[in-house]
Amino acid sequence: MTDTATPDFATLSPSRGQKFRQRVLPLIALALILALVPALSPSRTVYSLLNAVGINIVFALSYNMLLGRGGLLSFGHAVYFGLGGYAAMHAMRAIEAGDGLWSGFPVFGLPVVGFAAGALAGAVIGWPSCRRAGTAFAMISLGVAELIAAAGFMFASIFGGEEGVTGDRMNGPELFGLSLGPVSEVYLFIAFWTVVGTAMIFAFTRTPLGKLSEATRDNPERVQFIGFDPVRIRYMVFIAAGAFAGLSGGMAAVNYEIFTPESLSLHPSGFVLLMAYIGGIRYFSGPILGAVVLTVMQSMLSDFTEAWLLYLGVLFIAIIMFAPGGLAGIFHGVAGTVRRDGAGRAARSLGLKAAGVSLLLVGLIVLIEVVIRWSNGYGEVFEPFGLMLETGSVLTWVLVAGPILGGAALVRFVAKTDEGGA
Amino acid sequence: METILFSLLNGVIYGLLLFMLSSGLTLIFSMMGILNFAHASFYMLGAYFAFSFTQVTSFWFALIFAPILVGLLGALVERWGLRSVHQHGHVAELLFTFGLAYLIDEVVKIVWGKNAVDYRVPESLDFPLFELFGAQYPAYRMFILVVAVGMLVALWYLLKRTRIGLIIQAALTHPHMVGHLGHNVPRIFMAVFGAGCALAGLAGVIGGNYLVTDPAMAAFMGPIVFVVVVIGGLGSLEGAFIASLLLGLLQTFAISIDANFSDFLGWAGVTATSELGSISISSLAPMLPFLLLVLILIVKPTGLMGDREV
Repeated sequence: MTDTATPDFATLSPSRGQKFRQRVLPLIALALILALVPALSPSRTVYSLLNAVGINIVFALSYNMLLGRGGLLSFGHAVYFGLGGYAAMHAMRAIEAGDGLWSGFPVFGLPVVGFAAGALAGAVIGWPSCRRAGTAFAMISLGVAELIAAAGFMFASIFGGEEGVTGDRMNGPELFGLSLGPVSEVYLFIAFWTVVGTAMIFAFTRTPLGKLSEATRDNPERVQFIGFDPVRIRYMVFIAAGAFAGLSGGMAAVNYEIFTPESLSLHPSGFVLLMAYIGGIRYFSGPILGAVVLTVMQSMLSDFTEAWLLYLGVLFIAIIMFAPGGLAGIFHGVAGTVRRDGAGRAARSLGLKAAGVSLLLVGLIVLIEVVIRWSNGYGEVFEPFGLMLETGSVLTWVLVAGPILGGAALVRFVAKTDEGGA
Repeated sequence: METILFSLLNGVIYGLLLFMLSSGLTLIFSMMGILNFAHASFYMLGAYFAFSFTQVTSFWFALIFAPILVGLLGALVERWGLRSVHQHGHVAELLFTFGLAYLIDEVVKIVWGKNAVDYRVPESLDFPLFELFGAQYPAYRMFILVVAVGMLVALWYLLKRTRIGLIIQAALTHPHMVGHLGHNVPRIFMAVFGAGCALAGLAGVIGGNYLVTDPAMAAFMGPIVFVVVVIGGLGSLEGAFIASLLLGLLQTFAISIDANFSDFLGWAGVTATSELGSISISSLAPMLPFLLLVLILIVKPTGLMGDREV
């Protein structure tokens, strides 16, 4: 980098080719991947997993409009997901009953209802909460979430009480010839709205409002200097984020055909926070990555181990402490290292790092799995690869301490040599 | 009269328990600017440690050593966790404690099981202290009262009347100046964090057998303690004290009121059989703190006694 000022800013702007490659091509790739999935004729389980992934992608992206782009930490984002979903659910029931105008409304379009309801909820709740940023905003979102979740269990006529509200998606006019009965047709519905939602949220980041929301995150005072009101910007971003959360709620309503007050509570709000942060809040692709990884973990890992929530917590803490850029940040970091050091040197340093982390992970997994079996007290023994790892045996504790100590030493060694080399 | 007196006593005891939790939280906040999400998890750990101690030794042993153990754990978390996250900013710190709360929850479930443990009031304190209107009042509740007031006085003395308290107070407002005077500010931070966690642990030891000791106790108590700290004004011990008692009384009284919405909104045509009218005041009790929180943050963001905004 030279320190002379660039005389002409136009030379800094990306060319048409760069714009296409960086902005349009990834979206086309996403749409193509999603469109090609049915060609592989996946099983029902895979389809329902993919549907959950699609819903979570839009939900996590909408959350990141607040946390990553706007700098607003919310502990109650599931409120908008849930309210949007409930609105879509009631609309679905109206379609089923053939009430007036609703009889001509296709179920395929229900996410639009969720979108509108999420925006409305964001407009009502956001008005008092967006006047403050930072910790106050986080606390208000927590309080509002607790209030709405409690109200959800009280007003059974709207939220259906403990059992929730159920509906049937196979009613009303069909769009694109989809009856939405089999899960493969629901997949096309989810894929369509995932692409639409992702494209719209990406388009939002390119609008003046999207740019201003990033400016407000970084320095609200300067935003005021150039003549904008940070409170108004936060409020408008909040409404947009609520709307997209409602959109994903509408997708969930059609996919699951049931909504319970549980979906408004702090638990799903915490989960979407984990998805966005683990994926990486500084990157647009981060929440997508996080949604994919966490949803797959949720459905796969919970079959293998009952401690999967513990692994999730460890992953979250590790990301916060050692990789604040999240998974997307790790990928970018790896790509950067390869570009800077050349493939050979990068492979050595990254390989050592990966080996160290894997060793740590092995020790941790053995420790957790052995302890959880001991705590259950059924006398069950952890048997990876035919090894009998009993609580009392020496081998068990060697396998715990060895990899953890070795891995930690390796990671430290790599960090030291990297510092020395730089 | 009877209900009022009992609610008053129980409300004060609940409020004092809340204060034991919130005093540590508010000290930690004013010093490091972190709203510690895992604070109630340390309260839970205190109760579980005490349960394990009482199984091998006595309650009195647990009363002293469980809080110390929790405090040491808190200091470790500050030294090896928070301090390295600090460079990534406040949001990262807040999220770190959020993740920690999550982690402690899961670890507790694995080590002590998913159901409530049988953590009982010690036999030496398990007798009725006095009789009021024909109802017996358990001695253990008075014991909670005595311990909480004792802690309150000790904390006040430590902060306002000793040299350590002087340094801590100075470090709250002028950490750099205290550092220039040769004090080790990071170590003060670690000590305060540990002490705050130890207080939470103590609340767990004496509250765990009064309430319930199960893996959900942190998730139940955590948000309420937040509410106390925000309503009282962040960083203000006096405010936290007033807010704790206020919330304690409010919640116990709301539970004992036998009325529903139709009694108040009858004039507006809300009947007892309608959905809104059948909601009772006692079922609203868990919601009251959050209603208060949102109102306070909108109307008076500095809280009752605080001098700075959240």
